[in-house]
Amino acid sequence: MQTLRRAFADALELLWSMDSALLEIVGLTLQVTLVALTIALLLGIPIGAAIGLARRLPGRAFLVPLIYTGMGLPPVVVGLFTYLLLSNQGPIGGLGWLFTPAGMIMAQTIIAFPLVLGLTMAAVQSVDPDLPIQMRALGATRRQVALTTLVESRIGVTAAVVAAYGSIISEVGAVMLVGGNIEGETRVLTTAIVLETRKGNFALALALGIILLGLAFLTNLVFHRLQVRQGGP
Amino acid sequence: MTPAYELNGIRHCYGERCVVDVPELKINAGEVFGIVGPSGAGKSTLLRLLNFLEAPTEGQIHHQGVLVTSDVSLETRREITTVFQRPMLLRRSVAANVRIGQRIRGPVPKDDTVDGWLGRLGLGGLADAPVRTLSAGEAQRVALARALVVNPSVLLLDEPTGNLDPYNVGLIEEIVRAECAERGTTIVIVTHDPFQARRLANRTALMIGGVMVEVAETNHFFSDPQQPKTAAFLRGDLVF
Amino acid sequence: MRPLILVLVVLASLAAACSNDPSEPEILRLATTTSTNDSGLLDAIISDFEDEFNARVDVVAVGTGQAIELGKAGDADVILVHSRAREDAFVADGHGTARYDVMYNDFVTVGPVDDPAAVAGTALASDAFTAVASTESTFASRGDDSGTHSKEISIWESAGIAPDPNSSWYKSLGQGMGATLNYSNEAGAYTLSDRGTFLSQGESLPGLGVMVGGASIDENVDPALLNPYGVIPVNPDKGNINSELADDFAVWITSAETQEKIGDYGLDTFGQPLFYPDSEAWGSR
Repeated sequence: MQTLRRAFADALELLWSMDSALLEIVGLTLQVTLVALTIALLLGIPIGAAIGLARRLPGRAFLVPLIYTGMGLPPVVVGLFTYLLLSNQGPIGGLGWLFTPAGMIMAQTIIAFPLVLGLTMAAVQSVDPDLPIQMRALGATRRQVALTTLVESRIGVTAAVVAAYGSIISEVGAVMLVGGNIEGETRVLTTAIVLETRKGNFALALALGIILLGLAFLTNLVFHRLQVRQGGP
Repeated sequence: MTPAYELNGIRHCYGERCVVDVPELKINAGEVFGIVGPSGAGKSTLLRLLNFLEAPTEGQIHHQGVLVTSDVSLETRREITTVFQRPMLLRRSVAANVRIGQRIRGPVPKDDTVDGWLGRLGLGGLADAPVRTLSAGEAQRVALARALVVNPSVLLLDEPTGNLDPYNVGLIEEIVRAECAERGTTIVIVTHDPFQARRLANRTALMIGGVMVEVAETNHFFSDPQQPKTAAFLRGDLVF
Repeated sequence: MRPLILVLVVLASLAAACSNDPSEPEILRLATTTSTNDSGLLDAIISDFEDEFNARVDVVAVGTGQAIELGKAGDADVILVHSRAREDAFVADGHGTARYDVMYNDFVTVGPVDDPAAVAGTALASDAFTAVASTESTFASRGDDSGTHSKEISIWESAGIAPDPNSSWYKSLGQGMGATLNYSNEAGAYTLSDRGTFLSQGESLPGLGVMVGGASIDENVDPALLNPYGVIPVNPDKGNINSELADDFAVWITSAETQEKIGDYGLDTFGQPLFYPDSEAWGSR
């Protein structure tokens, strides 16, 4: 209980003092997560929508379980996989991305992409199956039917964005492995929390955790407002 | 006067199962044509064929005197629209839903057509309401407004008032009647309520098992049916 | 009637599970450091303790700082760490009953085989560190307040250098020994490591070699690189401490028999032991 109280106090004090090391860590956290999220969205939404619309896609019986499995990839395994790819002895070690934010972004993109893909696919599929026929009865072309279906699924797609964001801003295994938690270079909130915990600075670790949750909450506030504006509850 | 529809040798089958078998049928321009009959009789399928959403397995359909092939033009398709039993509205405002037919056809004209229709259907003041707040009756009226805004030459109605209360039924029937009278729209209405057909239709048809058992002027259909199955149906017997 | 019987059966089995069944092993919570655990020593000898005392040792391997915090909070029954100053403070502040010598190993300075700072074979670590700093060759620090990290800091202090983590050549990782060695191997960095971890990871670190400290502890002439371990039973005043078993553990690990096993560990694999027994009992045998 003492530790918890201290943690809240520490969190507020840290934020208030705008401690430069903390700001650097928060900045890098947001940078890595938001860039990875953006790439995952740019790739995942169109592909997920396409698969969701193509009700008679050949190979669906194999593809869909594969996507679902991808949604459950353990982040630390993705981290290990990315590490091995980017290592000096690995196939793309020449990129020099290991122990840099670029490598961390790569790992987090791999984690977020199947989530965006699968949830977008599910959102598009869950649109009323009779909607296309009503739209065609109103004179829509096939393209117009597809576009309308996509817009109809926007609430589910926003949920996909939220889920992907939540999964990567809070993950620690991949960014620890690929980034190395190097102070001033690849240290983010989650890896900093692990470090402070290891050092026995529980109150500080908890304070960082509170800041991380606060960050997540603020972003989710924005996402939810978007959902409401789109006609969601 | 060229009939709105002329059907010849129409058969529509899904694999072995044939759900529509209409050797000959004319639907006159500007009339209200009612189709009654038990569920599963192929009535909805017939409407889909009339809206050119599917091409019949066999036979020919002439629309306004022109043969329509499976390669139906967008222009032809857009003269016809359907209101289904479920309103199938989009997750947007009422006004946005009513406008959707216009948006599909091109840039939306900035006039008060939409407001006019909302008013006529008793939806005034609901223009900006999100669709999920509507009652069943209001939602179906929105669907009807959506269909009428695009000024179709043929309006198909598939059980449009199936689950609605008498007030909404009445309102919708009133609009349908007025529509036909004012603009000469051809209306084909499928209903499981024979009384509705009696209220609205110029001619009524009984369809059982995909076959037109009897087609007659509504008065004659109800007071003097020619076919034993029609009589049985009107008596309230289960027919198939 | 039936639900009642079911409830009684469940309660009876719960009671049986909670009872002090003499055949059930007692649990000893041991907090130690990651490097100690990673060396594999505990895996090799703990089962002897468990068999002799009918116990089960739950080893929690964390950073030195965290291990000490676990002891202070009473979340461990006994701690085994290698940070003398903090161990003494732990006992002085009343968190532990007493500190006992257990064993020692040594640290080595390792670095990239191409040795940009030209420090291979230097006798003293502080001299090597000075060379690394002046050539601004990459140096990887544990950065986690661990025993190894404290040792590294003290070597920098003795060389009169205060490396800045914001500089381009000094990297503060905040990770365990294994991860730090992996990083050094990948990035071609110098680092301080306990010999045990470096030896056990040997094959996966082809880019690194020992720069200061020689091939075995016998060749290590730098006294600053010696690393003594201490075992401290946690003060039972904290409540819920299995202090009897903790004392048994302290006695067992310092006993001549166990000490001999400690001295043999690693001999087959590496041609040299990873730890050198150093308890009082061993010294006076």
